[in-house]
Amino acid sequence: MRKTDRWIFAFVVLLIAIFPWVVLNISAISNYVEVMIFAGIFSLVCLGLSLLMGYAGQISLAQAAFFGIGAYSSGILTAHFGWNPWLAMPVGAALAAAVAWVVGVPALRLKGHYLAMATLGFGVIVHIVFNEEIDWTGGPSGMVDIPGLSIAGWRISSEIQWYYLIWGVVFLALLFCFHILHSRVGRALRAIHEEEVAAEAMGVPTARYKVQIFVFGAVLAAIAGSFYTHYVTFLSPSSFNLMWSIRFVLMVMVGGMQSLWGALLGTVLLTFVGNEWLQVFADFEVLVYGTILLVVALFLPQGLIAILRRDFGGSRNPISRVSDEG
Amino acid sequence: MEHPAQKSQAPILELSDVQMSFGGIDALKGIEHVVPEGIIQAVIGPNGAGKTTLFHCISGLLKPTAGSVLFRGKEINGLVPHRIAQLGISRTFQHVALFKTMTVLENVMLGRHTRTHSGFWATGLRFPGMRSEERQIKQRAETYLDFVGLADVAHLEAGTLPLGKQKILEIARALATEPRLLLLDEPAGGLNMTETEVLGALIQRICQNGTTVVLVEHDMNLVMDISDQILVLHYGEYLASGTPREIKDNPAVIEAYLGEN
Repeated sequence: MRKTDRWIFAFVVLLIAIFPWVVLNISAISNYVEVMIFAGIFSLVCLGLSLLMGYAGQISLAQAAFFGIGAYSSGILTAHFGWNPWLAMPVGAALAAAVAWVVGVPALRLKGHYLAMATLGFGVIVHIVFNEEIDWTGGPSGMVDIPGLSIAGWRISSEIQWYYLIWGVVFLALLFCFHILHSRVGRALRAIHEEEVAAEAMGVPTARYKVQIFVFGAVLAAIAGSFYTHYVTFLSPSSFNLMWSIRFVLMVMVGGMQSLWGALLGTVLLTFVGNEWLQVFADFEVLVYGTILLVVALFLPQGLIAILRRDFGGSRNPISRVSDEG
Repeated sequence: MEHPAQKSQAPILELSDVQMSFGGIDALKGIEHVVPEGIIQAVIGPNGAGKTTLFHCISGLLKPTAGSVLFRGKEINGLVPHRIAQLGISRTFQHVALFKTMTVLENVMLGRHTRTHSGFWATGLRFPGMRSEERQIKQRAETYLDFVGLADVAHLEAGTLPLGKQKILEIARALATEPRLLLLDEPAGGLNMTETEVLGALIQRICQNGTTVVLVEHDMNLVMDISDQILVLHYGEYLASGTPREIKDNPAVIEAYLGEN
């Protein structure tokens, strides 16, 4: 991690740590803690997507599907088979990894729109499975009787406990992603994005890296799905449909594709937009998202993080500077 | 040019009957050639002679339709490019193919990829072995930048360099893979005379360090100055091969370049 990233990291951790103490004292916005729990869960999904899209330059419209695979694996294993949730979580992640590998190996040979289409198709199929496998998933009417989480016999019950648990996991994942970026793996991913043929000729096994990062994104999404399951304790297929995949892509784009901080910022912002501020639009939600996408693509291709960077005089492209610790 | 120390006669590259056709067009019609280790080999020919296609066939970006490419006695046609890079062949591109938003140093660090090992977990969890490897990557990359004379711009974005320096940077990136055989595709294209002279000296230093160099080039002064051996292609066919002096006086070559009249 670079020095500035370390400072930002410390600052953001602090911000997230004191956030509940501020909002809980203001009754009008005390439910923001709950919104932030969802934002944290979605952040896990978007971190993987940021690496895949922003750094490796490959799009995926299947993140909601992997999110769902993690969620339903945890749901089914705990509700139907009485598994311990902490045991079900890695099983769900492993399943998502396996599926991502099987889908990714052929799909990532495609580029641009074709890759988008292939992953979209896969996402739709998974959604249909969630809808139709009524015996296992409860189908459209949903799945209930999912247990909550507990750590060493100590049940995570309050919003505040969930909040800190989720964001703790987010920061661990963020750290992992930063480390990947500032390493030979991260350089390889960015090289693939910029000049795939040259990267290959310089000895980067491009196909393998693309699949690897796709699988990693799927695993993060599945873990997020598991947390989601035990937090909400109710699952319905509509939480894992195509619209959600598009939302995840949008979250990464709004914040700024070439920045992990951007992914975090975009996710938090759009979660508030979706869960809180734009509830009035209800059915016109799609329209709102379409507008956001259009505005960002036209006027803010670098995402919101670009504005912040400009205003605070940071470097235009932080990742292109070599980490000072070597 | 004499490099007595490195000049063994074991061929580093053997092309036998290399053919490449795109649909109905035969870009290479059975090229036969042997490149001994330790020399500077030039490949020349008028536009469309198949020089770049030949490079693509050697570096694995294209798979020859027929024939074989032997690198140090081992058949490499059909291998994927990153595998060929690992075996010890690196290259530059006719149209500069740098990673433009990465820094100059990072471009060269990427070149170390095939000589390093840290995987996904090791880097993500920042194992101690990975950290020392990362330091080594950086140090090695800096020495290559020193070698080509780009150390002072190490922290600039590669895309912001003038073309001449970008071409040199591509060479540094290729050298970082520790190639036994280096393919340079028109390294002097777009360079002025002074830059070309510096480039010529650099290529000779690379060769002295034990790397065999094959270059495709249109700048005849450069080719005649530094090459030990020249291969001339014409419409995808072998036309002539020999020392610069032999090629200069070869009537078939003169005809190909100047036309029949």
